[in-house]
Amino acid sequence: MREFAALFARIDESTKTSVKVAALAAYFQTAPDEDKLWTVALFSGRRPKRTITATKLRVWAAEAAGLPDWLFEESYGIVGDLAETIALILPPPSGQSDEGLTHWINRIKTLSAQDEDTRRTGILAAWDVMPTAERFLFTKLLTGGFRVGVSQKLMTRALAQATGQEEAVLTHKLMGKWTPETTTWTNLIETDDPDADLSRPYPFYLAYGLDGLDELGPPSDWNAERKWDGIRGQFILRGGEHHLWSRGEDLMTDRFPELAQLRDFLPDGTVIDGEILAFADEMPLSFNALQSRIGRKTVPKKLLKEAPVILMAYDLLEHDGHDIRKLAFRTRRNRLKMLVKETPDTAPIRLSASVPFADWDALATEHDRSRELHAEGLMLKRKDSPYLAGRKRGDWWKWKVDPLTVDAVMIYAQAGHGRRANLFTDYTFAVWNGNELTPFTKAYSGLTDAEFREITAWVRKNTLQKFGPVRQVTPHHVFEIAFEGIQASPRHKSGVALRFPRMLRWRKDKPVSEANTLNDLKTMLATYG
Amino acid sequence: MADVLTFTDRGIYCPAGDFYIDPWLPVDRALITHGHADHARPGMRSYLATHAAAPVMQHRLGDDARIATLDFGEVRRIGDAEVSYHPASHVPGSAQIKVTVKGESWVVSGDYKTISDGLSEPFEPVACHAFITECTFGLPVFSWTPQAVLTSQINDWWATNAAAGRFSILGAYALGKAQRLLRTVNPDIGPILTHGAIENTNDVLRAQGIALPDTIRVTPETNVKDHPGALVLATPGAMAQPWARQFGRASTAFATGWMALRGVRRRRAMDRGFVVSDHADWDGLNTAIRATGAEKVFVTHGYTGPFRRWLTDQGFDAHVVSTEYSGEPAETAEDTI
Repeated sequence: MREFAALFARIDESTKTSVKVAALAAYFQTAPDEDKLWTVALFSGRRPKRTITATKLRVWAAEAAGLPDWLFEESYGIVGDLAETIALILPPPSGQSDEGLTHWINRIKTLSAQDEDTRRTGILAAWDVMPTAERFLFTKLLTGGFRVGVSQKLMTRALAQATGQEEAVLTHKLMGKWTPETTTWTNLIETDDPDADLSRPYPFYLAYGLDGLDELGPPSDWNAERKWDGIRGQFILRGGEHHLWSRGEDLMTDRFPELAQLRDFLPDGTVIDGEILAFADEMPLSFNALQSRIGRKTVPKKLLKEAPVILMAYDLLEHDGHDIRKLAFRTRRNRLKMLVKETPDTAPIRLSASVPFADWDALATEHDRSRELHAEGLMLKRKDSPYLAGRKRGDWWKWKVDPLTVDAVMIYAQAGHGRRANLFTDYTFAVWNGNELTPFTKAYSGLTDAEFREITAWVRKNTLQKFGPVRQVTPHHVFEIAFEGIQASPRHKSGVALRFPRMLRWRKDKPVSEANTLNDLKTMLATYG
Repeated sequence: MADVLTFTDRGIYCPAGDFYIDPWLPVDRALITHGHADHARPGMRSYLATHAAAPVMQHRLGDDARIATLDFGEVRRIGDAEVSYHPASHVPGSAQIKVTVKGESWVVSGDYKTISDGLSEPFEPVACHAFITECTFGLPVFSWTPQAVLTSQINDWWATNAAAGRFSILGAYALGKAQRLLRTVNPDIGPILTHGAIENTNDVLRAQGIALPDTIRVTPETNVKDHPGALVLATPGAMAQPWARQFGRASTAFATGWMALRGVRRRRAMDRGFVVSDHADWDGLNTAIRATGAEKVFVTHGYTGPFRRWLTDQGFDAHVVSTEYSGEPAETAEDTI
């Protein structure tokens, strides 16, 4: 565990990408295969299952430290991370251990089959042979909350440096359903067989936000289509089986059973990149309709009828079993068009239509129509571009509509967790309803660290009341809140719910009296809801 | 019997002697525990501090400040009170102030730590009836890295950077922390550059006989490239300013007790965080309080709420007192601390 803890410390304490990648690459060159495999798994979000509740852990840690529960809770409130709190309050270890990462993960896995006393003894014994940094990681793995400040992209870059393989090839190898229990380092990384797993998706190609139309060159080089507001997905049909992957590499096949029909209409060896959309009468339904389907493992018939989904097809990645990502977009798209054309109208698939335009002005006019078409903007793709892996500049751009905004008053503040522990970063905002302030949304992001510090100092001095961790503050500060959509919501006092709310600006120039009103929100609901 | 000390909106007050301890508003007579800006404030008609604390105070408060001095352990009678100063091990010259009236003794801790830092006079427990203590780090999550481990951590970091031809910029408060670090590091690794605010304090302390390794003050005329691989001691504020850019792609680190918390460490966005504080950690606070034998404990700045409750659970008659001391600032870069 020592080597893994040292790696984690190097990554965690540096803000420099080069330092992180170098530390990872060095680790991949020296660590044992099984530890490397688990490291790749952890850094790509494949965590061991939680085998113990957080409540048990905090009780045992407080007992071992000889502290009352309330003092543990106070400490946790300040530290903002359970595993870290435990690691810090425990008495110094009485022994040490040379066991590696895989050993401790295996120990964690055996816990599920043990009775409570055995688990307790085992965990206390483990804590007692680890210095703080290792304890912290072990406890993070125990609570199932392991996360690290390095993207999968950086990890893959380091892996490429260490193994001499191409980054895009490695990215592809790391996709899909594997876990350290189902494969080995040799099979996953060293053996060159990306077809080993029929369900394995290709890495998604992601676009950056458009900087400006001027640098794009001739409009005729580009294809425009709507940017649909659903769930990006990759539909895979191989060996008679189909799989649907999300961009976050979640398998969503069973959540959208209607897409199983596509097996009857598409040829085997087909992989399509598209958007899952709730769709009726040849129009996308609001994201709200799709929301009712997200998170459901099984779908009742009623919901299938109310919010039927389709695959809005963007791109073809595999055709007749061949990886065609290197072909030009226009070629891939033509083949996709042929495939979709041969499916009946009742099949839940559509081709995402091109938006024709003669010049950039005409495209801007189309962009303005986005909201009325339930789209969140336009996508621009260079006609001769290959399908790349990950977020890349140059060939694909997203051109999103401007967010909706309101000016709102901050009325509650709460401290964040992790990096934001000790800082008031989570706020509740209100708008005027007559002479009263009615809360309508929370927001956590959009301000700089310096602004969060400034507000934190202000909150400490301007707290009216405390409700547990939540502080009611003097209504004084106005913020411009941006959001992507607005829906009616009977569950909220304000009657509305926002999509992706965030703080766009701290309006220090605005007095509280000039904040927006609930009527303003209702007008927005009527227009955009 | 009347209380030996009372808590007023100007500061901690002794009615029997008509003086204040570390007041935050102007008063006639101020007894000062140590020279940090939240304890030794300007505008007092007269000050009383230890011999060792006085030079820095004079430097910071100006030539006009009237500062009388006394020795550690020396007993002074002021009105009906007897006063003596005892080492607090916070910074050079820092004191706990003991006030005795009619046989009852109260002690004001000021800021203190219980471990020896190789610079300040070692902490001395003072028996008393009531103890007024800070609790900046009054939670069980704070446990300081032993000085020997810390020393090798900092030296390794500096040596690695020096070998790679990089500067090592280490952030520390100008009075106390900076000099403690100077006496901790191994000066054979390379040259040591200092920010002006730190070097000013170094000058004062050297003049009073405190030995510090050789340092080079960074001035606008300094060409820092003449000192490759140097350790650069900077105030926290200076690290965020254009001043720090002259060192190019340096490795940055910060030395404070708050570095014990990962959230703070990551927010600071430094390459390294060294857990080092001139305040007592959890064990230090508890040990110090028990050693006084006091039944009554007043906690001033820090995690006062939980710490008071903990002390009450331990059988002390514990109270929270609201003061304007800031301890070790976690978020703001107050260079004067």
